[in-house]
Amino acid sequence: MATFGAGGATTSYEEFENTDLIICWGSNTMECHPIIYNHMRRGIKNGAKMVVIDPRKIDQVKKADKWLGLNVGTDICLANAMGHVIIEEDLYNKEFVERATKGFEAYKEKVAGYTPEYAEQITGIPADEIREVARMYATADKATLNWTLGITEHHNGADGVFALIDLGLLTGHVGKYGSGLNPLRGQNNVQGGGDMGALPDKNVGGWRWDDPEAHTLFEDVWGTPLPAHEGLNQPEMMDAVSNGEIRCMYVIGENPVQSDADEHKHEKLFGSLDFLVVQDILMTKTARMADVVLPAAASWAETDGTVINSERRVQRVRRAVDPPGEARDDIMILRDIANRMGHDWDFETAEEVWDEVRRLAPKFSGISYERLERYGGIQWPCLDGSFEEISDNTPKEQLMASTKGAENAEGGSLTADVVEKEGPGTMFLHEELWAEEVDNRVPFTPVDHEGPVEMPDEEYPFQLTTGRRLAFHNTGTMTQDYKKVKDNEELLEICEDDAAEYGIEEGDFVQVSSRRGTVEAVKARVTDRVRPGLLFMGYSFPDQVPTNVLTINAVDPQSGTAELKACAVTIEKA
Amino acid sequence: MATETVSENGQANGAREVATICGFCGVGCGLTLKVDDGVIQKVTGEKENPSSKGEACIKGREGWRHLYSEKRLTTPLVRKDGELVPASWDEALDLVASKMGEIKEEHGPYAFGTFSSSRSTNELNYLAGKFVRQVLGNSNIDSCNRA
Repeated sequence: MATFGAGGATTSYEEFENTDLIICWGSNTMECHPIIYNHMRRGIKNGAKMVVIDPRKIDQVKKADKWLGLNVGTDICLANAMGHVIIEEDLYNKEFVERATKGFEAYKEKVAGYTPEYAEQITGIPADEIREVARMYATADKATLNWTLGITEHHNGADGVFALIDLGLLTGHVGKYGSGLNPLRGQNNVQGGGDMGALPDKNVGGWRWDDPEAHTLFEDVWGTPLPAHEGLNQPEMMDAVSNGEIRCMYVIGENPVQSDADEHKHEKLFGSLDFLVVQDILMTKTARMADVVLPAAASWAETDGTVINSERRVQRVRRAVDPPGEARDDIMILRDIANRMGHDWDFETAEEVWDEVRRLAPKFSGISYERLERYGGIQWPCLDGSFEEISDNTPKEQLMASTKGAENAEGGSLTADVVEKEGPGTMFLHEELWAEEVDNRVPFTPVDHEGPVEMPDEEYPFQLTTGRRLAFHNTGTMTQDYKKVKDNEELLEICEDDAAEYGIEEGDFVQVSSRRGTVEAVKARVTDRVRPGLLFMGYSFPDQVPTNVLTINAVDPQSGTAELKACAVTIEKA
Repeated sequence: MATETVSENGQANGAREVATICGFCGVGCGLTLKVDDGVIQKVTGEKENPSSKGEACIKGREGWRHLYSEKRLTTPLVRKDGELVPASWDEALDLVASKMGEIKEEHGPYAFGTFSSSRSTNELNYLAGKFVRQVLGNSNIDSCNRA
């Protein structure tokens, strides 16, 4: 969430139980984050209303007060139209907008063109329903807005996130208990990966690559200077492989040949490298192409360490069993390569590594293994007073995090006493926006609607969208070993009318083709979850059904994410 | 908890329970692993966990079976005559270090790209960032944590 500086969900899970409105936007929470959904369900029991905004009539719709089944990739248009209604009907939170935000006039101007009637044509949602949901959100006392990859896996995914954050700013639904803006994370440590600096533009602790203060700090702790260039993101690296600039890839715990859009293209690129190293727990398609394969321990049961969840809680994973054979802890593999290349990494435990992190990242400085043990998990930011030079605001303000100095200055003069008293960290972010004086106002980021790059046409008349199903995970490497699970195979969701037109019945095999590739046979599931013209497939059985040979590698330059949620395909009975 | 014994390599044997965090989605539910003789027997939600308070979904409760999958990698592999064949750690790591050294020598620090894993720990992700920036000398690191 670039708007606020630090990226992370602003609320805690328990706040879902104590709110008035829960909006799940492009998020199949019930299937993809089932335990967060349990918190939401208790919230509904406590009187909260639920709105589901999703092209598919997912099961969660049955529990919702309102479902907006918009066209794929029209989320920005819908959000802007809601903003239009909220301003036009004078329902926005003027006090909050005036005191805590900037750029309202530009936002107002932008959404002026997004009348509900215009949005109805684009999104397929009746204008009056747009008005109704806009009013629900604006007039709720407390409201949470939650999204996942339905928003971000588009060629303009970052803009989609901005459009939703703008709605939160407009209504003041952020920085209060029970109100917030939450990207729900897909993998167990997406949050931690970003927070730890596994990103081309940011170092651990959110320090930007070009921040002079970071260069001084890192040189002090590492004893070597930081590179003076911003790095390449995943799709940019693939371009660099394609033009021969990158000769060697080191892939740790990912299966990019199967998980990324346009599988055929990725296979060719990885095949063209001088040297490919893959480090993973399982044999994957990417590993089969490697020059060296390094067997790793499974982080969550075979190693010690920490991960960070979707409520910013740092938690301990523990070594319960030995890894099989000669497989080793990832961090020890990295250490031994670094030392063979002339460095002197001398840690023996994960805790020593974490303590180095705490020296570099203010928001983790107060989170020791010992305190994690005591509280069973701590929500960042949590400071320990060692970064007092950065700020002079009150300990309370700092503990509540802040937009002060954006990414890198979340530290402050916190004493250890305050941390102790507050216990398990920071429950929700951005309370400082409700202070009498707001030092760093949050900007509106007005954005325009732009549909998916590839729309259905005569040749490829269907729109395909992809996602995850309850029991299965991503490329399936970790979930194909269940004993007994319903629907233990890939399915193509298709509506009754479309199925009838192509002579397809429930359980028939269907061939699906796009401009990039063909899935020879996937089993049809005839269902009203999808509407005419829309198809859905998962991607968790890639060896049988390689869904990502179909998807399009149209990448958002802002986020580096591909448009996995929309491409054009044609079908025939297999 | 039952009694446990400690073997020569420091690993506990016997029946015991270990608290950890689920390795699947970003909810981060606490799990209790019931371990006997070094093998997981059963996984349940951990009641004390502040985020999940004892709840866990099918992936958390059943997904551990992948740890014992036939597809687990159990030894380093290096490519010889076009085939991936088992190798010792020393051989594999020496090869990685020398090849990376050669490529850096010949093509400079920007000839490398690294994908890190949003399924692994903070400590791994931090070290991957450090490896790329300190050892390889570029900032070409990414993972699926941008979204």
